[in-house]
Amino acid sequence: MTVSEIAHSLGLEILVKGKDDRKVTGGYSGDLLSWVMGRAREGDAWITIMGNINAIAVAVLADISCIILAEGSPLDQDAKERAESERIPVLGSQKTAYNLSIELERII
Amino acid sequence: MTMKFHFEVPGDDFTRAGEASGELKLKLKRLGFSADVVRRMTIAMYEGEINMAIHAGGGVADVEILPDRITAVLTDNGPGIPDIEQAMKEGWSTAPDNIRSLGFGAGMGLPNIKKYTDMLDIKSVVGKGTTLTMTVLAK
Ligand SMILES: Nc1ncnc2c1ncn2[C@@H]1O[C@H](COP(=O)(O)OP(=O)(O)OP(=O)(O)O)[C@@H](O)[C@H]1O
Ligand SMILES: [Mg+2]
Repeated sequence: MTVSEIAHSLGLEILVKGKDDRKVTGGYSGDLLSWVMGRAREGDAWITIMGNINAIAVAVLADISCIILAEGSPLDQDAKERAESERIPVLGSQKTAYNLSIELERII
Repeated sequence: MTMKFHFEVPGDDFTRAGEASGELKLKLKRLGFSADVVRRMTIAMYEGEINMAIHAGGGVADVEILPDRITAVLTDNGPGIPDIEQAMKEGWSTAPDNIRSLGFGAGMGLPNIKKYTDMLDIKSVVGKGTTLTMTVLAK
């Protein structure tokens, strides 16, 4: 499934559109950046509450397909600008990381 | 063909720390290195850069790109690492709370560098500084 298909079926808000035709090949959930760099795989959707500029840098370096911000977590303005220039899709939801993970697992 | 790059890594500015690895990523991609090599090298570089920014008040990075390998030497004049073996352990961190709230301080940076690089050498003198030399081989 592509990022935009996942955004649609999980009812996610599109905060940054980015490269939304990219295929999502798995998922990773966590907020500590070095854990994400060590354990997330290329193509994963990353479910987190970290909406800062470092999270965008990590998503780019780890080749993440999209960031899903859980629990209505805010996306900082400088992070939004960086995500736009790097074309990293950022999606938002009021749901918990737990619930988003389950729903993602069901559809990919 | 050998290419060399020099980067200044600022202390305590986590927006700008990351510029070196970001630029390196673009360069390596343009030079045609595989996605895996680019990913491993730039994550290791980012972890090293962030460590210099957080723990050492900044430093410098020198990168040498050869067709079959990429080597980065990260040098700082920070406080040094008293016990490198302990610092290499997953979960060991001296990062303060304000840094943790940014998502750093898991104590996973050095273990990640070890995991993603093919060669790693750490030299550190307490009160003088730390030098990390890391290499990723491009098969
Ligand atoms: N350049 C450095 N100068 C001084 N101390 C360092 C340096 N790099 C690492 N350290 C020490 O080694 C510890 C472990 O580093 P490591 O990168 O593994 O974890 P961290 O930076 O604390 O957290 P994380 O990398 O997961 O965000 C640090 O907390 C710090 O005490
Ligand atoms: Mg670190």
